[in-house]
Amino acid sequence: MHPAPSIIAFSTFSGLGLGLLFWLGIDQTPPTGWVAFAFFAIGYALAVGGLVSSTFHLGRPERALKAFTQWQTSWLSREAWAAVAALVTMGLYAFMLVFLNIHLAILGQIGAFFCLVTVYTTSMIYAQLKTVPRWNTGLTSALFIALSVAGGALLSGRVTIGLILILVAGGIQALWWKTGDTRFAKSGTDLKTATGLGSIGTVRAFEPPHTGTNYLVNEMVYTVGRRHALKLRMIAFLLMLVVPVLLLLLPYPHIFGVLALLSHIAGVLVSRWLFFAEAEHVVGLYYGMR
Amino acid sequence: MTQLPEKTDRKMGLVIDLDTCVGCHACVVSCKGWNTENYGAPLSDQNPYGADPSGTFLNRIHSYEVQPETGPAQLVHFPKSCLHCEDAPCVTVCPTGASYKRTEDGIVLVNEKDCIGCGLCAWACPYGARELDKAEGVMKKCTLCVDRIYNENLPEEDRVPACVRTCPSNARHFGDLGDPDSDVSQLVAERGGMDLMPELGTKPVNKYLPPRPKDRLNEEIDILAPLLAPVVQEPKGFLGWLDKALEKL
Repeated sequence: MHPAPSIIAFSTFSGLGLGLLFWLGIDQTPPTGWVAFAFFAIGYALAVGGLVSSTFHLGRPERALKAFTQWQTSWLSREAWAAVAALVTMGLYAFMLVFLNIHLAILGQIGAFFCLVTVYTTSMIYAQLKTVPRWNTGLTSALFIALSVAGGALLSGRVTIGLILILVAGGIQALWWKTGDTRFAKSGTDLKTATGLGSIGTVRAFEPPHTGTNYLVNEMVYTVGRRHALKLRMIAFLLMLVVPVLLLLLPYPHIFGVLALLSHIAGVLVSRWLFFAEAEHVVGLYYGMR
Repeated sequence: MTQLPEKTDRKMGLVIDLDTCVGCHACVVSCKGWNTENYGAPLSDQNPYGADPSGTFLNRIHSYEVQPETGPAQLVHFPKSCLHCEDAPCVTVCPTGASYKRTEDGIVLVNEKDCIGCGLCAWACPYGARELDKAEGVMKKCTLCVDRIYNENLPEEDRVPACVRTCPSNARHFGDLGDPDSDVSQLVAERGGMDLMPELGTKPVNKYLPPRPKDRLNEEIDILAPLLAPVVQEPKGFLGWLDKALEKL
């Protein structure tokens, strides 16, 4: 699948921001006043910034509000609702903490719940697609949620729990990569079932419909990035897991904590790029590619 | 509405005969011609006369080589457009309700006024039937020529999809696949019409007729063949001398 920068930025940064808001929501002794303001501002900048950047890849962004209508069937529509619910609830919670010095724990918990629901709905946009076997698994949701709460923990300065969570997220990531490599073959979809000609003999794509490229090939048969996929996985894993863990084990968590966070975010961005670049859509079969 | 209808009154669709399709691409041209100036936004081209032309098409023809275990390979031309699936995954993923499946005839359509061009429906379609128009920013797909098939301003023989009307080898048939007595349903039953990627559970309405078995030369080999005189005869006369002389060199 084509790794559109706007979607990579959206899913990474909104996940991170919602992760931060989640931890602020369930905090028993949350910050108040200007400290709280700073934390919530970062959370909102990331979450809202990510959501806004997701509209950049739309063909008709001026109609984006219509995406709220089909929540009964569409995960994309559910995501829109969940995001609004999370941001409104957390906004109210933040307002009371920052300006009124009131900690309404239940409101924070509800907001935190909606934050996780939002990340889950984002993940389901991809995980629901049978046409992309690499994504079509519950592990995709686990990965998105784990990365969100791990990044949020780092961002909110929770060293110990952050350390544990990036290890967990790293484990899910490794498992997702490993099982993902065979999922296309296991899906049972190949050129034989795509053309129905398998009963006659071995099918080979002989001639594409046209000499040039097209929307389908550009969007869904992105083969350029797969060449260095293995190296990029190593880089992603080092940046999102190994380097932050080492940095967090050092003293002075304030300085090294920031570096650990930046390294983790860079790693997640690489991993998210691979998430799209490595994903093979079944339509590629018709073009003799994957 | 992106909720799929429980059932549709009719299942209008195409039956595509892979045996008779000659791969001329006339249906591609007639489809583009009709649909660029009728229902919805035109089908734009980008850089059509330049070095890297591309454009929006609702119907494309692939060609596949099929190599049986014995005998020569077969070339199969393979037209592909929207299959108007009963369980259309492209419809349910749509966040705005722009995509819908009609209850009366099962045609899957896009209401372009509601489309935000997010592209998720194209991702959900396994067949590559949907293409986002670069100029218009909305999703385009086969409408089964909904503006022809019920159009009483057209002569009756033209009230079929443009691709069906134009096909010079009669490889495309149009009709109600929900009615077991219709011509198309009987054709499917007779010729063993098949679904594409049935394992994905999309339940396509369009069916494909597999190529008929090829005629074979009489391949029965006499068991005495090894004992028969070789067909290739030794050259005689001048050619025989030349053959031997060259052999000795």
